[in-house]
Amino acid sequence: MVSIPENLRYTQTHEWVRREADGSMTMGISDFAQSQMGEIVMVDCSGMGRDVKKGEPIGALEAVKTAEDFYAPVDGKVVAVNKDLETDPGLVNSDCYGSGWLARITPSDPSQYDGLLTPEQYRKLAGE
Amino acid sequence: MSRLSSILGGDRSSMLEAIGAESVEDLFSPIPEPVRMRRPLDLPPAASELELRRLFESMASGNSGSGLTCFLGAGAYDHFIPSAVNHILLRSEFYTAYTPYQAEVSQGTLQSIYEYQTLIARLMGMECANASMYDGASAAAEAALMAMRVTRRSRVLVAGSLNPRYIEVMRTYLSHGGFEMNEVPFGADGLVDLEAASKLCDGGVAGLVVQQPGFFGLVEKLPPLAGLVHSAGGLLVVVADPVAAAVLRSPGEAGADIAVGEGQSMGIPLSYGGPYAGFMACHREHVRNLPGRIIGRTVDRAGQTGFVLTLQTREQHIRREKATSNICTNEALMALASTVYLTLAGEEGFREVALRCFANSHYLEEKLLAVPGVKRMFEGPFFREFLLEYPVPAVALRDRLAEKGFLGGLPVPGLREGAMLSTATEKRTREEMDAFAAAVASACGEVR
Repeated sequence: MVSIPENLRYTQTHEWVRREADGSMTMGISDFAQSQMGEIVMVDCSGMGRDVKKGEPIGALEAVKTAEDFYAPVDGKVVAVNKDLETDPGLVNSDCYGSGWLARITPSDPSQYDGLLTPEQYRKLAGE
Repeated sequence: MSRLSSILGGDRSSMLEAIGAESVEDLFSPIPEPVRMRRPLDLPPAASELELRRLFESMASGNSGSGLTCFLGAGAYDHFIPSAVNHILLRSEFYTAYTPYQAEVSQGTLQSIYEYQTLIARLMGMECANASMYDGASAAAEAALMAMRVTRRSRVLVAGSLNPRYIEVMRTYLSHGGFEMNEVPFGADGLVDLEAASKLCDGGVAGLVVQQPGFFGLVEKLPPLAGLVHSAGGLLVVVADPVAAAVLRSPGEAGADIAVGEGQSMGIPLSYGGPYAGFMACHREHVRNLPGRIIGRTVDRAGQTGFVLTLQTREQHIRREKATSNICTNEALMALASTVYLTLAGEEGFREVALRCFANSHYLEEKLLAVPGVKRMFEGPFFREFLLEYPVPAVALRDRLAEKGFLGGLPVPGLREGAMLSTATEKRTREEMDAFAAAVASACGEVR
């Protein structure tokens, strides 16, 4: 049973998104995604500072036997990345919805948030 | 059925029976009829071992280069190779080993590659090296692609004093995928033209690829080039002669971000078409963008040292089209030759080889300059290779020298009709060099 918090939105590519009070959006990968990947050994957030379109890769997660890109959930600018992951990439495994967040985006079209998957829709995708 | 004998009629039918097929033909039934070939392959009949040996011996005896005293370099050099190198290479544990995917049964191969990486990294003044590439030219092309990955830029500058064959290979590599390659001309002194480089070096440049020493043998001043490309946010890629690196400032110390080169000088015999081995090293910060195989040292559950393939997630079998390269193998046997060679020579021995190449080449250059009408093309300091202008066409001179028993060098007619690049490795004796200079003197008279 993986955790799918009710206060978040999700993507087809297993990212979660949280709308912050200042209008920015914080994102990470879901509990389902981190459990599928196994021990994360490196997080590459090379998209910092870039203007991105929804679905474009922002960075990559590397586990022992696999590596996956993670993608912008909405159009916007990547304004922050989680520096703690440089020294402790395992935070993505231990606390994917909290200290294991990946990036923060200032969306150019905030309404795109409403098009993201609801927890209920994502639960179906994750087979829960 | 024994492991190495070919199958006999009975073996074949029992194998077919085991898999439930009537005939070998059945196995090909999914292939549509129109695309199948209905005649035997157009090959000569099978030959016995003795017949094959005769055939290859007669072909080998046609090699006109064998038996000539070699003063030709231009990227591949006639160095001495101690017998121990081949003895170790021909051990079946190394010679027949397949790719070391299963670490538990491949510790010897993995350790030898790890040691190779260590030797290359130290020689290049870098922290990391991969397990080798196909050859120097492919390593140079991979370094250009790596610089583009690191910087996310798609334009690379290439020194005009880079080996022209390498430039050709790089052009082939970069001809697809939206990459751009600009050549930086060399100046009147034969070195990279810093002013021309600075004009081309803008914020869109992923890196500058420069050879040390340059193709004409001249020692480049790397720090100003490093400063130039770094200030534009690009990387400096140095294509290094490993023998020169034993005595010159290492590429890493001189400001290179990536160092590559041809490993043939380290224990690999001269051979038309190879196999040779390229080497590739970089600073730690870029290791995840380093293409190819990398071996790492680790500890097992019992705390014992062991060696494994590492950072495999960069590679093709996991990252698919996003892999760092389509090369995820290495020239393991050739890299092993270099490992054994360097280990036998040691730091001092390898430096001595380098110094003898330097001394012999300079002695030879002086002798050749004493031949009437011979002059230098460039005046700057060289390491082991030097470009002279002869008073006769270099192609004709080379051919005349071959008749006299010498591989005299590489004509560079694109520069001057009489221009020829030569070198003298540690193998050349004073007598050979004196005889060569005398042969050049008489050949110049004869060709004229």
